[in-house]
Amino acid sequence: MGAGWKHASYAAMLAFVLIGTLPLHRYYRLSVLRQPLRLFLAIVPVAMLFVAWDLVATAAGQWRFDPAQTLAVRLWGLPLEEYAFFVVIPLAGILTFEAVTVVWSRRRAP
Amino acid sequence: MSSYTAAATVAVLAAILADLIVLRTALVRSRVWWTAYAIIVVFQLITNGWLTGRGIVRYSDDAILGSGRIVFAGDGRLAYAPVEDLAFGFALVLLSCAAWVWIGARIRSTH
Repeated sequence: MGAGWKHASYAAMLAFVLIGTLPLHRYYRLSVLRQPLRLFLAIVPVAMLFVAWDLVATAAGQWRFDPAQTLAVRLWGLPLEEYAFFVVIPLAGILTFEAVTVVWSRRRAP
Repeated sequence: MSSYTAAATVAVLAAILADLIVLRTALVRSRVWWTAYAIIVVFQLITNGWLTGRGIVRYSDDAILGSGRIVFAGDGRLAYAPVEDLAFGFALVLLSCAAWVWIGARIRSTH
């Protein structure tokens, strides 16, 4: 793998999660992405809590990020991908949750 | 107890309390949540395994149950990731889904 692509190692994982979960939206005819305000209000406050935890733990040296496998941009010591993580993972979780809701409600129907 | 171990334990308890008592969404009592989580945890093991197995994220041996060696399983790790990460992911996704359901109910009731 070229050195340029290696920097995208973390970003590639986030892309994999989106590629795996966004198709659920169309397949199960979900309305998640048509409710941007609800999504924003569900994701952002929780993300702020977890980013705060992440900043404290990173500053305390509990974990660190490999500069060779992340993009160059850092904000308060965290790579940009780490902030994106707290949007992408909750979104994937909500899409999965809503898809399962549809599947279970279909099963309950006669 | 190691610092990440303690924080991850508190996060799981706080997320469950938020779900049951603060937001009253009671997802942890629902079949939908546990089915969704069973799917999510498989993908969490894969994606976390990628982040930790490749050393994109590296942990201090002081912070986790294990010794800090990167192994596939054992020594406080599963699929390369410290077991604390499972608790971290559970708390993040439970809290996000509970917030999503809670806000959905509020928005519907105002229409």
